[in-house]
Amino acid sequence: MQIFGIATQALFGQLLIGLINGAFYALLSLGLAVIFGLLNIINFTHGAQYMLGAFCAYFLLQGAGIGYWWSLLVAPIAVGILGIVIEKTMLKRLYALDHLYGLLLTFGLALVLQGVFTNYYGSSGLPYRIPDELSGGFNLGFMFLPKYRAWVIVASLIVCLATWFVIERTKLGSYLRAATENPALVQAFGINVPRMVTLTYGFGVGLAAFAGVMAAPIYQVNPQMGANLIIVVFAVVVIGGMGSIMGAIVTGFGLGVIEGLTKVFYPEASNTVIFVIMVIVLMLKPAGLFGKER
Amino acid sequence: MADAPVVATGGSVAADAAAPFFAVRDLNAWYGESHVLHGVTFDIHPGEVVTLLGRNGAGKTTTLKSIMGVVPRREGSIVFEGRETGKLASNRIAHLGIAWCPEERGIFSSLNVEENLLLPPVVRPGGMTVEEIFELFPNLKERLASQGTKLSGGEQQMLAIGRILRTGARLLLLDEPTEGLAPVIVQQIGRTIHALKKKGYTVLLVEQNFRFAATVADRHYVVDHGKVVDMIPNAELDRNMAKLHEYLGV
Amino acid sequence: MDTTAAASHDTRAGIIETRTARGNRTFLVATLVMALMFVVAPFVGVYPVFLMKALCFALYACAFNLLIGYGGLLSFGHAMFLGVAGYASAYTAKNWGFPPELAILFATALSALLGLVSGLIAIRRQGIYFAMITLALSQMIFFFCLQATSITGGEDGIQSVPRGRMLGVLDLSNTLVMYYVVLAIFLAAFLLIHRIIHSPFGNVLKTIRDNEPRAISLGYDAERYKLLAFVLSATLTGLAGATKAIVFQLASLTDVHWSMSGEVVLMTLLGGMGTIFGPVVGAFILIGMENYLASFGQWVTVITGVIFVFCVMALRKGIVGELGAWWLKRGK
Repeated sequence: MQIFGIATQALFGQLLIGLINGAFYALLSLGLAVIFGLLNIINFTHGAQYMLGAFCAYFLLQGAGIGYWWSLLVAPIAVGILGIVIEKTMLKRLYALDHLYGLLLTFGLALVLQGVFTNYYGSSGLPYRIPDELSGGFNLGFMFLPKYRAWVIVASLIVCLATWFVIERTKLGSYLRAATENPALVQAFGINVPRMVTLTYGFGVGLAAFAGVMAAPIYQVNPQMGANLIIVVFAVVVIGGMGSIMGAIVTGFGLGVIEGLTKVFYPEASNTVIFVIMVIVLMLKPAGLFGKER
Repeated sequence: MADAPVVATGGSVAADAAAPFFAVRDLNAWYGESHVLHGVTFDIHPGEVVTLLGRNGAGKTTTLKSIMGVVPRREGSIVFEGRETGKLASNRIAHLGIAWCPEERGIFSSLNVEENLLLPPVVRPGGMTVEEIFELFPNLKERLASQGTKLSGGEQQMLAIGRILRTGARLLLLDEPTEGLAPVIVQQIGRTIHALKKKGYTVLLVEQNFRFAATVADRHYVVDHGKVVDMIPNAELDRNMAKLHEYLGV
Repeated sequence: MDTTAAASHDTRAGIIETRTARGNRTFLVATLVMALMFVVAPFVGVYPVFLMKALCFALYACAFNLLIGYGGLLSFGHAMFLGVAGYASAYTAKNWGFPPELAILFATALSALLGLVSGLIAIRRQGIYFAMITLALSQMIFFFCLQATSITGGEDGIQSVPRGRMLGVLDLSNTLVMYYVVLAIFLAAFLLIHRIIHSPFGNVLKTIRDNEPRAISLGYDAERYKLLAFVLSATLTGLAGATKAIVFQLASLTDVHWSMSGEVVLMTLLGGMGTIFGPVVGAFILIGMENYLASFGQWVTVITGVIFVFCVMALRKGIVGELGAWWLKRGK
């Protein structure tokens, strides 16, 4: 069967890949948006922390026989704690300075993390098996839907929407939103803003690691996995509007799908389509689709 | 040398002998290289409404900010209910029972009115309930779901004052609450401050509008070039008009 | 005689730039010393190939510093100028038979054009947004170069680029001749940059960097100035890339990859942003380090990262910047 001259299997296959990519774009840009909103720092280390999450899952399995489901919980916490250490020892001292120093620091840290892991593990991928409960798939007629892929999409959506809900609709979220606007005043009300900042960074990093664990069975575990992804995620964040939570989610999924469709109809442009969209959005609405002018 | 404040002739001499409710001694403050406060010294007694009068740039807002601990660098002694707060972080100062309503009001645009109202946490028992706050400011009750900054200037001021009343703070720092507001609202704020005084709150008020200040305050401190240069009890304000005009450059 | 320095101090960029007679003299002496060192270097055992590589990167870093140190704009996409110019000069020299000077000029002009186009897109935004935009634009160029294999050779790049004869006379296949040509190009550009910085344009640019609202209130069109600084920076970066392609007879994807953008940031940061000699020092240190640690593979990346972190946390003014500040403190 064909739609627009493309076999439906191929079309929906690519759409699925696009949705999967979109799920990761959304998770990662969500983490970046949360961090940027409160800390005003572009966390260049995000890609490396995503990679660390995947490696954590790998180590847990190889070293301790701890499986996927536990890794989903442990890896974000472990990498999140590392993030907290980074924030307390280094990032905190940069807040008074130009925001670009935060970018440069996290860039340097990304190089260190990636370099160390590439040294020990090379650049080819390490395998990570799909957990048994999620292997196999559903035959939907017009396409074959692997269970794990479906899980990734559903889990990402749930995590993204849950994060959105907490930030936009709960009291805890109101502290975060207020501190993003006027941290000095929020602290003057009695809230320990520096601690909130630290935990927020830890949470954003944890989100990256969570994405890493989910990515392990699909993309394999390799030290470069974050580096290739992070630049695209930056573009996603810029398009969505830096600091916008809903923007990150919608743009992430949306651009993944667009990228997938581009691969079907115009493959040569699939690498650059997101960047082209970014340029267009910036010319028309510099704050991003969902962003507010700062 | 810091100028010693003129001792109130109308006030109680005995009050100064007890442990100070609130005393600022030789407060200096800097914004970066700029030395803004040069040894501010004054007292507040419990239940009083005290104002800081002075021209633009005299250091009144900076004084409030220094008390609250939100200036980058400050030195000197600030004692509240017997505790030295000069070196504490602002969130600790809030927990001791001091609350601040900044000049720009600080209503959060990404929060609705209800979230704005409930944001400052309760730090001590004895604060007003939400119902009591609505009694003071009925307008707020109708606008709970509105985005914070969609309120009018007067309503935002009510919200800014209202939200710190829930916290249990006993010393309120109000920075120019009547600025830019219509006379009707200014009167309402005046009534609010009287009501707060009745409930036992202590208020430190920064005001440019000394006529308004005269309707609510017990004593006025005059701030000039980062120093307290005079203290005028409210009862003697009329007698000292000429001096006051000179201080304020009116 | 000597007048007291009318100094403009910028805590972020580092060294106080003086515009006095003494300041100028110091600069000329230092440049002369530097030039002499470079002239003599091949004869005291320093490999000309290493020197040429370092000089090209030094020029790259100086051009980059023009934008960040004096313009206050962090671009994370300068690799696109370096790489595209490299491809242009390699392609015209190899396939169109351009003599080296023409190839380099053509590539530099192309860089200027690319700088203008990307600058027009990016300059509307500030700070971090600007950096992100330049990064993304650079990525677009990278993927274009990856896919346009007929022009760029894709993953293989353009190889066997002829050195040629410069101006019909200088045989660039002779390493020493090539070296002195590169040195001449570097020194000329270096002096040009100095001239730009201390020109009225440069002063306005510095004012915009330090206090844009004030500059605007004084009547300057800040965006125009920033755009011009961006284009100048792109052009000189192109000069570095074009020259490098001729020297190494190769244009490859490495030069348009975003890590090349990161490297120049580090060189400038390490050497000292906003100082005239800083980028040169930074470039030489980093290229030297890469050379000597080449056998350590990925550890170079790690060490690069560590240096980055260290500079941001402890050595913000860079080597030359810190030295300069220390020297000035001594003088008082």
